[in-house]
Amino acid sequence: MSKVLIIGEHDGKSLNPATAKCLTCAKAIPEAEISIVLLGADTAGVPTQAAALAGVKAVLRIDRPENEHALAATFAPQIVALAPGFTHVLGPSTSFGKDLMPRVAALLGVPQVSDLMAVEGAYRFRRPIYAGNAIITVEADPARTLIATVRVASFEAAGTGGGAAIESRTLEVTLPTHTRYVGAKSGSTDRPDLQTARRVVSGGRALGSAENFKILYQFADKIGAAVGASRAAVDAGYAPNEMQVGQTGKIISPEVYIAVGISGAIQHLTGIKDARTIVAINKDGEAPIFEVADFGLVGDLFQIIPELERLV
Amino acid sequence: MQKVMVCVKRVVDYNVRVRVKPDGSGVMLDGVKMSVNPFDEIALEEALRIKERGANIEVLAVSIGVADTQQQLRTALAMGADRAILVQSDQPVEPLIAAQTFLALARKENPDLVFLGKQAIDDDANQTGQMLAALWERPQATYASKVELSGAKAAVTREVDAGLETIEVDLPAVVTVDLRLNEPRYVKLPDIMKAKKKPLEVTSLEALGVSAGQLLKVVKTEPPPQRQKGVMVKDVAELVDALKKKGLI
Repeated sequence: MSKVLIIGEHDGKSLNPATAKCLTCAKAIPEAEISIVLLGADTAGVPTQAAALAGVKAVLRIDRPENEHALAATFAPQIVALAPGFTHVLGPSTSFGKDLMPRVAALLGVPQVSDLMAVEGAYRFRRPIYAGNAIITVEADPARTLIATVRVASFEAAGTGGGAAIESRTLEVTLPTHTRYVGAKSGSTDRPDLQTARRVVSGGRALGSAENFKILYQFADKIGAAVGASRAAVDAGYAPNEMQVGQTGKIISPEVYIAVGISGAIQHLTGIKDARTIVAINKDGEAPIFEVADFGLVGDLFQIIPELERLV
Repeated sequence: MQKVMVCVKRVVDYNVRVRVKPDGSGVMLDGVKMSVNPFDEIALEEALRIKERGANIEVLAVSIGVADTQQQLRTALAMGADRAILVQSDQPVEPLIAAQTFLALARKENPDLVFLGKQAIDDDANQTGQMLAALWERPQATYASKVELSGAKAAVTREVDAGLETIEVDLPAVVTVDLRLNEPRYVKLPDIMKAKKKPLEVTSLEALGVSAGQLLKVVKTEPPPQRQKGVMVKDVAELVDALKKKGLI
């Protein structure tokens, strides 16, 4: 039997949907008994949300003041202290999980499988390399704790209806003080979260300016979509970094992805190829984005987007 | 602040479209252009800017790889690194072993800062910096888009999913860099000539006391499933119809 620990991601109020996707991945591990651990200063109602996910045996709650902010240097030793009770420790391949999990793996002296996209056995997995240009199947040593990040775009979120036991834990671990949280700045928005949105409208360099991105925001708001951007658009300062979609940005899997003025570099395509439907709007009919699009429309985005907004 | 160590990896050039070998044993690398991992170039550029802001520091570029990795280290020297060390290994090195190797170098060289790219564009693992920080028992500041040094501390702004986050770390620390930290300089011809005279030491995993080995076994390499090309619509009305039919809007 496999005993799987999922590192839950949350903001102190709600559980990040990435956790429910990790759970679906964990359930694919044969005979898995699954626990979720939540670290925070006061995780408040989050453990109840985690316990409601179907298929979870236990939710471990570790509240201590040092856990107010998710610092890898602080979290990792605590997860290492919990690890001996588990065969697998999984985290999401979000910036939280990607920062934290390798630190856990190294402290345990074991390798990590990054961006796990399919489970073929308790210690056999598939993952992408070269910006998704190749998929490798890897086998890990069953004698070691398996540490992995889960490519959340590859898994549907697990449903609710579960009733896991919630258990508060105290860990006798000395935590380092060499790393301190200072502050955060996020583009607060009422739009759906890019990583979990059902619909995403995304803009590229062809938008030409931050000002012009407004036409995408308007259209997105009309259809209830999140807004993304290509690396080129982010580099040019048209959109903030958290909107970047692609190999080094966010990997997403919406039901519909509308790429506007994005040519479709391989590094961008790797971030969207799990989208159910891709729509491409570009003035260059030869743009590579049309090779992967389910629906393509060649034309001037500055005419097409307002018209789309009117017709939907 | 006396020394900054920058870890650079030799990878298939960013512009090469990588193809899987028909027998599934890996990807085709013969005759393919190799370069410095783009994120590591940004890491090196940041170290050079710290030096150029007047800090009297040595910039040390280190790498692990085949003998030809000297080319990438020469590029690093041409960009402005003072010295380079190649840990020669004919076999690819996994992130944990790379981290153990860089740890051995860090213990020998005692840098105040270690910069690395946040990930290498070949294995896309995104692990080595974090692992090095863990083994070295030092802070990590990943996905940096801004690094401000003051005395024995650094304030690092990180690109995270929610936006930007700033943390403060005590030095020595490991910083992994993101795309928007800086724009690396182009190498000029006279610098390439100068770089030939700079010291480049070659050592081995054994000499550093690191055991090579395969921790994860790669069983198979396959091309990704291809998406089918869809249809071109002639106008917005047709697009809206198509999306409505599929219940997407």
